[in-house]
Amino acid sequence: MSAGSRLALLLPAFWLLLFVGAPLLIVLEISFSEVISAIPPYAPVLRWGEEGLRIALNPENYALLIGDDLYIHSLLSSIRIAATSTFLALLVGLPIAHGIARAAPRHRPWLLLLVILPFWTSFLIRVYAWIGILKTEGILNTVLLTAGLIREPFVILTTEWAVHLGIVYAYLPFMVLPLAVALERIDPAFREAAADLGARGWSIFFRVTLPLARTGIAAGCLLVFIPAVGEFVIPDLLGGPGTPMIGKAMWTEFFGNRDWPVASALAIVMLVLAAGGILALDRVQRRSGEGLS
Amino acid sequence: MGAVPHWHASPPAAPAPTPTLPHAAREGGSGLTSLVSITGLSKRYGPVTAVDAVDLEIARGEFLALLGPSGSGKTSLLRLLAGFETPDAGRIVLDGQDVARTPPYDRPVNMVFQAYALFPHLSVAKNVAFGLEMEKRPRAEIESRVAEALKLVELEALAGRRPDQLSGGQRQRVAIARAVVKRPKLLLLDEPLSALDRRLRERTRAELKDLQARLGLTFVMVTHDQDEAMAVASRIAVLNHGRIAQMGPPAEVFDRPADRFVAEFLGDCNLLEAEVLAPDRVRLRGEAIELLVRPMDRPAGAAVTLALRPGKILLGPDGRNMLNASVESIEYLGDLSRLTVRVGAATRLVLTQVNRAGPLPAVGDGLFLTLPPETLVALPA
Repeated sequence: MSAGSRLALLLPAFWLLLFVGAPLLIVLEISFSEVISAIPPYAPVLRWGEEGLRIALNPENYALLIGDDLYIHSLLSSIRIAATSTFLALLVGLPIAHGIARAAPRHRPWLLLLVILPFWTSFLIRVYAWIGILKTEGILNTVLLTAGLIREPFVILTTEWAVHLGIVYAYLPFMVLPLAVALERIDPAFREAAADLGARGWSIFFRVTLPLARTGIAAGCLLVFIPAVGEFVIPDLLGGPGTPMIGKAMWTEFFGNRDWPVASALAIVMLVLAAGGILALDRVQRRSGEGLS
Repeated sequence: MGAVPHWHASPPAAPAPTPTLPHAAREGGSGLTSLVSITGLSKRYGPVTAVDAVDLEIARGEFLALLGPSGSGKTSLLRLLAGFETPDAGRIVLDGQDVARTPPYDRPVNMVFQAYALFPHLSVAKNVAFGLEMEKRPRAEIESRVAEALKLVELEALAGRRPDQLSGGQRQRVAIARAVVKRPKLLLLDEPLSALDRRLRERTRAELKDLQARLGLTFVMVTHDQDEAMAVASRIAVLNHGRIAQMGPPAEVFDRPADRFVAEFLGDCNLLEAEVLAPDRVRLRGEAIELLVRPMDRPAGAAVTLALRPGKILLGPDGRNMLNASVESIEYLGDLSRLTVRVGAATRLVLTQVNRAGPLPAVGDGLFLTLPPETLVALPA
């Protein structure tokens, strides 16, 4: 290997180390430290003392996560909400992606642009706007009341429904884009072959199109599920105290309790869980002949 | 290939839940009547007329090749037969029923796709079973018919494999099994050999012909390869610009082309401009050479083009139409040699000759040629 090509490999590795590895190590360090009243509010794990390097590992933060069932409860609640939201996003996203994949090639870039257009507005503002729609005297209730469809305004805001709605809305593009790409890549000959063998519309879709789009489905679900598990803004703005989520717990530890070590431990646990999930999924797909490429 | 299963003799299965799907193609009864009768079939894509008022009869049990260059309409015609396209005009009567507007899943027609289109997420057995599952056949019947079809193409041992674990030839056989397991009345093949390498292709086409004969099924194959068409088909329809330029058994189409296009598309051909002297006599244009030709229906004085296959020219004086020629170039091709010779003042002929023991002519040599009159075909000029 020439010096030039070695450098070409080293440079991105260095970049990754600097901007992903180093911050991660800092979080890892904080997760093993002790909380103190200071700025920053933790005692460093590595300290130079008179007798050289001193390592003060404090596993209590992790013990607390297991000991206090608030965290496990929040985590399970997050996973449940993220899972149902991912499923709903898949249901909403599939027809959209299908429509884009089947549209005339010259229309496709415009349709994709429409999908990502909301990103031009701040995520926070878009979620905030849902409050105006969902609140008791909001647009939705006003419309339904005026139309005579309901007698009394119903409460959506501060419920789990609102959180689901927010997550599906906010992460839909991450579902639609990989799905549209996967559906578009399917050779039309497969659908023709299925029709030739006697399959009609829905049979073709469930027996041929969906299985062939499975990598896109997996990618879309991961892209929605993983950020949804750690989501903080949506449950904070749209959910109520009845929807504990791990992102909210983390935020409370960090900003409310100023307990950086516990917040960091929580972050590390979430990271390990997410990475483990991705690796497991990738292994399953590799075994069935298709990697997560 | 293995033993012939009792393809058409299997007992009638439980009544199909979809009565629109007729059961197996039945032999006998109607004898040599046509299975498919196409009349005035047209298909346009925007300004392009892909299929232009085609009339075509396909006989029961024949192996028809639709031969033509790309854009000739052969694939569109096949897709119309399969039901993937709806015609703008015309009828496709299959076994007494007009199916021109019947969707593909309701036609007793199955197709072997160009790249086979085997479902990559299903095993070989599941691919073959797909069509029967769509018919909602009982499980036991599906299993026995899949086993029978896999036996037919000698792939019983690979039933559990995925398509990506098969060779090209094996994939093609799975595609055939998947189509014939439905017992279609008509089997369509879209360039079935084009995905195979050359050596495998030659072996496979013999297998294909053999399979067709054993099943007694009617095959319609699209190809752009004239050798392939002549090797397997009992009849060839040569297509050009959405129309059938000529149709007939391979030898007839090859030996007596109807026009210049067919003459040139089916292989090398000498085309000579000539003037008609009598129904069986012409004079080459610009030459003092008179030739006896295959009798034709042309008035004296008309201009015609003579088609003459290089392989039909004989070396040496042998009966009528003898000419003096001088050798201009020789290509040695192994079994054959191709000679370019000049006759008369400025007429060039290409001829091929089987290389036997003995010396080849050399460039500059003078030769005697014989052009057998029945091989000289007059085409519209």
